[in-house]
Amino acid sequence: MLFRVAEGVGGKVLGATRSLGRMGIFLAAAVWNAVVPPYRGRDILKQIHFFGVKSLFVIVLTAAFTGMVLSLQGYYTLRKFGSEGLLGAAVALSLIRELGPVLTALMVTGRAGSALAAEIGIMRIGEQIDSLETMGVDPVRFLVAPRMVAALVSIPLLTAIFDVVGIYGGYLVGVKLLGLDAGHYFGHMKTSVESADVVNGVWKSLAFSLLIAWVCTFKGFFTERGAEGVSRATTSAVVISSVLVLIGDYILTSVLL
Amino acid sequence: MRLVGVDKILDGKKVLDNIDLDIPRKRITAIIGLSGAGKSVLLKHMIGLLQPDRGQVLLDGVDLFHLSRKGLYETRRRFGMLFQSGALFDSLDVFENVAFPLREKTMLGEPQIRERVHVILRKVGLEEAGEKFPDELSGGMVRRVALARAMVMEPEIILFDEPTTGLDPIIRNSILNLICRMFQDHKFTMVMISHDIPDIFHWCHHVVVVHGGKVIEAGPPEDVRNSVNPFVRQLVQGDIHGPVQLM
Repeated sequence: MLFRVAEGVGGKVLGATRSLGRMGIFLAAAVWNAVVPPYRGRDILKQIHFFGVKSLFVIVLTAAFTGMVLSLQGYYTLRKFGSEGLLGAAVALSLIRELGPVLTALMVTGRAGSALAAEIGIMRIGEQIDSLETMGVDPVRFLVAPRMVAALVSIPLLTAIFDVVGIYGGYLVGVKLLGLDAGHYFGHMKTSVESADVVNGVWKSLAFSLLIAWVCTFKGFFTERGAEGVSRATTSAVVISSVLVLIGDYILTSVLL
Repeated sequence: MRLVGVDKILDGKKVLDNIDLDIPRKRITAIIGLSGAGKSVLLKHMIGLLQPDRGQVLLDGVDLFHLSRKGLYETRRRFGMLFQSGALFDSLDVFENVAFPLREKTMLGEPQIRERVHVILRKVGLEEAGEKFPDELSGGMVRRVALARAMVMEPEIILFDEPTTGLDPIIRNSILNLICRMFQDHKFTMVMISHDIPDIFHWCHHVVVVHGGKVIEAGPPEDVRNSVNPFVRQLVQGDIHGPVQLM
C-alpha cells in the first residue's frame, strides 16, 4: 500500500519534472531561433498584425471601460477624504503600474493566445508540423520564433495604448461627467507618475508577452489525440497563461517596487 | 537505406521489435501489414521523425541519429514524404503549398519557382487548381498536391504513408498510375505503406510484411505472394480464417 502511494507520488513528480524540462528546452530553442539569423521578417510582421492590430479593438474597449470605472469608483472613494483632485494620479498610476500590463496580457491571452494554441495544435494533429520536419524546415524557427517576437513587440505597444485610452476614459467620467477640473486631473497625474512607473510597466508587459507566447505555443506544439486534444491544449494554454500572468504580476511587483 | 536492430516503445507498448531491413535503391518497396502493425512508425524512423530506442537507421552508411540537427535537416533534403492526410498547409493555396519547399530550401528566383511549380502541377493534372485552398479540394486532389509537393525538390527517396487509403477505385488507380509514371521518369527510391493487396504485387519491386512490430517476410513480390508463412498467406489472400482472428 505504502509502496504504491510512494510510486504514485514519484511518478507524478517525475512527470512534472519532465514536463518542466521540456518547457525549458522549448523556450531555449524558441529564443535561440528568434535571436539567431536568418530572421523571418515577413512572418513576424504577419504575426504582429495578428497579435497587435487584430487585438486593438478589444484592448481599446476594455481600456476605456476600465478607466471609466476606475474613475467612477476612485472619485467617490477619494471624495470621502476630500482628495478628489488626486483622481487623475490614482487612475494613471493604477493603469500604468498594474491594470494596463495585466489586463492587456489577459485580453491578448483570451483573444490571440487561444487562437495561437489552436492553430499550432491543428497543425500538429494534421501532421503539418511533421511535414515541415520532413522538408528540413525547423518548426520552432518557422512557427514559434516569429510568434514570440511578435508578442514581444505587440503586447507592450498594446499596453501603452491601453494606458492612454484608460486615462482618457477616466478623464471622460471624472471631468466631463462628474465635473472635476481638467487641470487638476492631468496636473496631479504629471507630478505623481514617474518614469520608473512607466519603465516597470514595460518590464511587466515584456515578461507577460514572453509568458503568453511560450505557454500558448508550447501547448499547441505538443498537442496530442485529435480534436479533443486541441480543445484541451487551447483551454490549458489560456488557463495556465492567465494564472501565470497573475502570479508573475505579484512577483514582479514585489521585485520592482 | 538500412535499418539495423531497431526497437521502439510507444506508450509502454513495443511497436518495433528488432527490425532489420534493407531498402533497395531506385526501386519501389511496399510495406504491408495489419493496421497497428507498426508500419507508419517504421516509416517515420526512416526519415528521422522518430528516434529508435535501440538500433540504427543508416543512409549511405551514416546513422541519421548520429547527425547534428542541422545535418539531419540537410539529409532530409534528399527525402520527400507524402502523409496519409496530405498534411497540406491550410493557410496556403495549392501553388504556395507546392512552392513552399522551394522557397524555404533553395535560392531560386520567383520566375524559376513559378516554372517548376507549374511543371509539377501539370504532371499531377492540377495546373488549373493553383489558387484553390486545401479545404476546397477532394481527397484525391489533396493526395496529388501532396505528391507534387513531395517531388518538387526532386528528392532521391520518397516515402508514402498510405497514399490511396480512403479513395474510390478510380482515383486510387489514377494515383497509383501517377506514382508509377513518376517512378519511370525519375527513378526515385520509393517506400510505400499500402493496403492495396493484391494490386501492389503488380507494380512494386520489393515487399516487406510487418506484423507485431517485426519484419516477418521481405523480398520480391512473387516470393511474398508464395510465402508459406501462415500470416503472410492470410494477409495476401485477405482470408478471415487464419492465425489472425479479429472477431
